[in-house]
Formats: sequence, structure tokens, C-alpha cells
Amino acid sequence: MLSLRHIAKTYPGARALRGVELELRAGEIHALLGENGAGKSTLIKVASGVVQPDPGAEIRLGDTVVENATPRRMQELGLAVVYQNPTLFSELSVAENLLLGEDGPVISWRRRAARAREMLTRIGAELDVERPVGTLRMAEKQLLEIARALGRRARVLILDEPTAALAQQDADRLLDLVEKLRAEGVAILYITHRLEEVLRIADRFTVLRDGAWIGVYPRAEVDRARLIRLMAGRELAEMFPKAGARIGEVALETRGVGHAPSGVSDISLSVRRGEILGLAGLVGAGRTELARVLFGLAPATEGEIRVDGRLVGIREVGDALGLGIAYVPEDRKEHGVVEALPIVENISLAVLRRLGGAWLDEGAEEKLASELSARLGVKAASIHVAAGTLSGGNQQKVALARWLATKPRVLILDEPTQGIDVGAKAEIHRLMGELVRDGLAIILISSELPELLGLADRIAVLRRGRLAGVLPAGEATREAVLHLAMEGGGA
Amino acid sequence: MRALLKTHPREAALLAAIAVLFLLPLGGVAGFYSAGNLRNLAIDNLPVLLAAAGMTVVIVAGQIDISIGSQFVAGGIAAGLLAKAGWPMPAVAAATLALGALLGALNGVLVTVARIPAIIATLATMVLLRNGVLRATGGDWIQDLPAGFQWFGLAPVSAPVIYLGVAGAVFAVAAWALRHTAAGRAFYAVGCDHEASRRVGLNPARRVVAAFVVLGVATAAAALLNYTRYPTIETNGGLGFELKVIAAVVVGGTAITGGRGSLLGTLLGVVLLGSIGTVFTFLHVNPAWEKAIQGAILLAAVVADTAFGRRREGGAA
Repeated sequence: MLSLRHIAKTYPGARALRGVELELRAGEIHALLGENGAGKSTLIKVASGVVQPDPGAEIRLGDTVVENATPRRMQELGLAVVYQNPTLFSELSVAENLLLGEDGPVISWRRRAARAREMLTRIGAELDVERPVGTLRMAEKQLLEIARALGRRARVLILDEPTAALAQQDADRLLDLVEKLRAEGVAILYITHRLEEVLRIADRFTVLRDGAWIGVYPRAEVDRARLIRLMAGRELAEMFPKAGARIGEVALETRGVGHAPSGVSDISLSVRRGEILGLAGLVGAGRTELARVLFGLAPATEGEIRVDGRLVGIREVGDALGLGIAYVPEDRKEHGVVEALPIVENISLAVLRRLGGAWLDEGAEEKLASELSARLGVKAASIHVAAGTLSGGNQQKVALARWLATKPRVLILDEPTQGIDVGAKAEIHRLMGELVRDGLAIILISSELPELLGLADRIAVLRRGRLAGVLPAGEATREAVLHLAMEGGGA
Repeated sequence: MRALLKTHPREAALLAAIAVLFLLPLGGVAGFYSAGNLRNLAIDNLPVLLAAAGMTVVIVAGQIDISIGSQFVAGGIAAGLLAKAGWPMPAVAAATLALGALLGALNGVLVTVARIPAIIATLATMVLLRNGVLRATGGDWIQDLPAGFQWFGLAPVSAPVIYLGVAGAVFAVAAWALRHTAAGRAFYAVGCDHEASRRVGLNPARRVVAAFVVLGVATAAAALLNYTRYPTIETNGGLGFELKVIAAVVVGGTAITGGRGSLLGTLLGVVLLGSIGTVFTFLHVNPAWEKAIQGAILLAAVVADTAFGRRREGGAA
């Protein structure tokens, strides 16, 4: 039904996909597997026409060879994608979301409601068609997206992590629905991190790793262990400077900490001076959420936090800063550097109060910024240029400098090397080594397993908001981490 | 009534507020309820109502236009100058509406093609247009208009009734179209989410331009109905017009963030905010209170929106 051949995609400075093949048959559930960053998302974008592959690719849908695919064209040919985060009109009603653009120039709301109910019945969903979509639960929104896709007579349905945000019961219902659609002859590409789900329903498995095509395997040939081995592959030959730091007292400890609204619960961890604690887990496992708890952005709703053995309350960022906790967030552009401000003001932002009283001591500010940007090797014409003009790697160094200026004792780094070039990455790794030698405790969140395996003294693995296990460096392998991170692994 | 309260809380609240307001003069000042007074009240609010209909479309589409005060006076002056130049009134009306469409399209293009945020783009056109008007007229009022200009040559007794009828009919058709045509609903979709609109095959930029054009034409129509009531045209008219219009739309329950709103709500918003002044005059209340009360109503409406919006978010989590 859908066939993608010789798919490669090169972004400036990075190869997202090379030599990927995918063949989808009518009446088949086909699982697409790979670690974070293996290229699954890019492949879906290519299939749905959002991204153009490099020349030489061949995309065929049904009997049509598609040249220059666009989202519109693929949709007309009967391909629908249900994204992890549904793209719905939250202010508009269920019926309108289902039928917008589907009926004629004049709308009969009664006929709309009737058709909407029909579409929902087909997938076994009971929803009030008059309700604004903004008031629906996540599971209901997913169902709505699927109903909409099928209403457009989709022959190929791509489901991107459809159950990631769903509770078990809702997820089960969704899987039943997917099986029912298979029986109706729909070709389904199913992307998930929950191996149990695809082992239960999928007919074939395509595995990607680091943008490369590993193979396609029928259900009979795979089990959980083999799939994990295929996804993990060999260790990458990358070198990370081992810190060689002296590990000291416990700097930060959590006991049964959780934050109910973001689904993080019962996390007991500790990190010592001079130690790098890795936080592993799939997207959505609760790593960033835990960091936000520790930094006071989402104050804990359960459990206790101890700093240097003393019970503390972290209810807002000020509390965390006062305790010497600093957090360099994941999204540089959104939360990291202030692009419009010069480097110097970016660096001094978190310590303005310390740089003099009512009036800012600009000399001290300047001195602080020059020292830190020199130490971190920020490459810029001067510290007075706007941070937005810097490369990703240098922006990250500026963000890091800002938090180092607070003289933290515990530093939380959230995906510090995501999307930055190899050189800058190595410098940040080297810097982390220096910092732990100075006695800092670092919590490193990374989706790149080799980075975690290379740098961390211990790796804590989160799964669905809970701690799945902690591995010392000696026992941490790609397989072991993935095993814990995937559904159904040991706890 | 209870059903209305549940499905349309804003409309129900506005109706109640209007009822209270209109009952206030019962305490003695009967003149308020005379046909003549009510007709004057209606005709005074007609320009705001028409422009507010257009503004509802623009805000629903996720945009804003603060240049309509300038568009309003430009429309009136264009109509006056053309009439003085000897154009027949139907041609004057058509040209004025076309000018409105053009000014709206200009705003739309600035927002979509030049990607200037609507509030800045229309701030610029507001200033430019008002300046252009002053240059064109030298600040002089337009006088000695031809006889057929005032009330389109209709009899002064029947003209207001005809104006009300025509505007009412246009408004009713617009209210229907906004809810019951695909083109109307597209404004809501685009105001809700550009990306999602694109995925259902809409062209957000085109819809945004269309919304500004609708508002431009509505404002020109408002200008025609307003300026043909007088024998002269003031060249400094329309100041603060955009604020009155936007306030009425927001009080009427249109979400300033786009995607939600109805013309029925806008109608009620115009009636409520537009009647306060007259009621106060009859009650001999200091007119300074009018603006204060209007401000308080606007604030209450926005607070209600945030509270309501927050509940929604909660439901979604």
C-alpha cells in the first residue's frame, strides 16, 4: 500500500536518515521502532510529505508513484497521520473538528451532528459532539483524530506514539480499535516506545538506529530481547572524558518525591559531590518534570527533598537558587538564553542582586561575564553582542555560564548537547568533568545513551513518571538502560 | 431561560444586564421609552454595530484592527467628496465600500505577507490614514453637500427606519453566514490554530486577508450610514471609534485570542455599552460615569473570560 525506498535525509551538519526502506501492506499493523533520535519522526515526515527526502528516494502510495510529495497530496491519496500531540481546534466543537472543510459551502448543523456521531460510532467512541474539544481528555482527543483520519477515507494510517499520554485502560481500547481497523483493510504504521503494545498487535517490525535502516522482521522472528538488541546495536565508538573526580558527601537527596499534575511520583534518588548522576528514560518518562520539581518550577506535591542532609522546602525558583541548585533547561531558545540581550546581561541575569544593591555594579558584571565566557570558551566577537546571534553550541555555553555564575552546588543539565555540533559538545563534556572535579554534583538528563554511558557515574532510569532502577557505571549498558526504560522491564 | 444560561452564559448575562439597564428609567422619566428616543438610540449605535460585526470576524480570526476609526472618517470624507463631485449616490456608496475593502486588504496584506503583527500594522495605517485625511481636506469640514447626500435623499422621517431595516437585515445575514457557511466557520478555524487549519486544507493567510476586507467593508458601510445623517462632515471624526467597537465585541463574548465569538453576543455588547449614556442622561446621572461603567463592564467581561478559559484548561488536563 505504502512503500518508501532509498530514503535519505540530510540536514545541514547532520544525516537524519540514510538508506531507509519501509513497506506497508493493506490490512497490516507495522511497528516502527528505534531509540530517541533514531530517525522515526523524520521518516514519518517524509512519508506524510512534510519533509522532502534527498534525491534518489522513491515514494509509492497504492499504484501512484508520488513525486514531490506535499501534505495535501499525500492526504488526498489516502494517508493520514495521527500525531502524538493532536492538532485540533480547541475552541470548536467535536462535530466541527471532525467535519471542518468536509461539507459543502452551507452547513447544516443537524446533518453535521449526525455525521459526526456516525464517525465516532465507527470507532466505538461515545462523545458529545457539541462539546468544545478543549474540554476533552487526551484519550478522547486521540480518538477524535483517528475518527477524523478515517472520515477522510484514509487507506494508510500513521499513528505516532498514540498511547504515550494515555492511561492503561484508554490505551487498551485504542489498541482494540487499531486491530479492528486492520481487519477492515487499513494499512497501519504504529510508532511506539511501548514494546508490549507492538508485540501484542503488530505483524511486522521495522527497526531504525542512528538514522540507518536495520531491517524488517516478521512477528515470529522477534521477541522483546531481540528488538532491544536491534534498537541498541553496538556501542558507538565515542570518547568521553571520564571525570576522575573524588566522590564525596550526598549533596541532594529525594525521598518519595513526586508532582501529581505532571504524573511524576515516588522518586527516591541521591547525587553526591563530584558525581554525575545520569537521568535516562524515554520522551515523556518524567525526567524534565523531575528537574522542574527540584528547581521549584513545579513544587513537589509529595515526598521530601534534602540538601546536604538537611530537609528543605523548594516551593519556588528562589528557594532552589538559595540552596545552590541551578537548572539549565532543555529548550535553549524558549527558556535558556534571552536572545535579544547581549551575552553579558544573559550571564548576569540570575545574579543581578549579588552585583551590587539598588544600582548595578556594571564593572563587576562585566568582569564576571568575561571570566565565565573565557572559561567556557564562548566564541563571540565580544560579550556585548546579542546572544541570539550565536551558534547553538555557544548559546548553550552562555546558558551554562549564567547558572555557573550562581555558584551552584548542584547543577541540573537538561539535554545540554542536543542539537549542537561535535566540537561544542566535546567542550561541554570537558567542562562537566572540570565541574565535578571542583566538587559540584551534576544531574545530567540526556536522550543520547552513549553520552550518559560515557559520562555518568550512575544512571537512574525513569519510566512513566516512576523510578525504574539505578545502574552504576559498571553495570550500565545500552541494553540494560533500554530494558529498564521500556514497558515491562524489571522494576 | 435555564437552557440559555447553560449553553450561552454570556448572552444570558448580557440580556439580564440590558434588561436591568432598560428598566432603570421606569422610576419617573417616561420620555426614555418614547418611540423617538428609542429610534435615536438605535440609529446612534448603528455605525458601531456594523463595524463591530466586521471586528468580530477579525478577532475570531485571531487578529485585531485599530485603524477602523481612521477608515471610518476616510469613508465619510470619500463619500462626501465624491457626492460633491457630482457622483450619483449609488455610485458614491459603491465606491466608498470598495475603498473600505481596499483599506482592509491593505491591512490584511501587511499582516500576512509582510508578517507585521496586526496591532502594529494597523497602528501604522491608523496614523497614516488619519494624516492622509487631514492633508486631503486641510482639516476643513466638508460642507455644501448636494441635497441628495443627506439620508440618501430619503424623507427625514422614514430614512432612519429604512437605515435600521437595511442594517438589521445585513447583520442578520452576516450572523447566519458566520455560523452556517464553510467560509464563515473557516474564520474560527484559522483563529484557533493556523497549523491545524493548514492540515484541513485551509489557507490561513487568505482567510486573514478576507477577515480584514470584511471589516473594511463593514466600516465603510458604517461610515455611509453615519455621515449621511448630517449636512456636514467633520474631518476629525471617528476618534476612539475603534475602542468602542473592540470593547463591544469583547463584552459580547468574543475571545480576544481568536476562535470563539458570535454576532448575537456582539449585538448584545453594542446594545449594552451603547445605551448606558442615554439611560444616564435620562436619570440625570453625571455623564462622567458612563465611561467608568463601560470600563467596569469590559473588565468584568474579560475577568469572566479568564475564569471561564481557566476552567476549560482544567478540563483539558
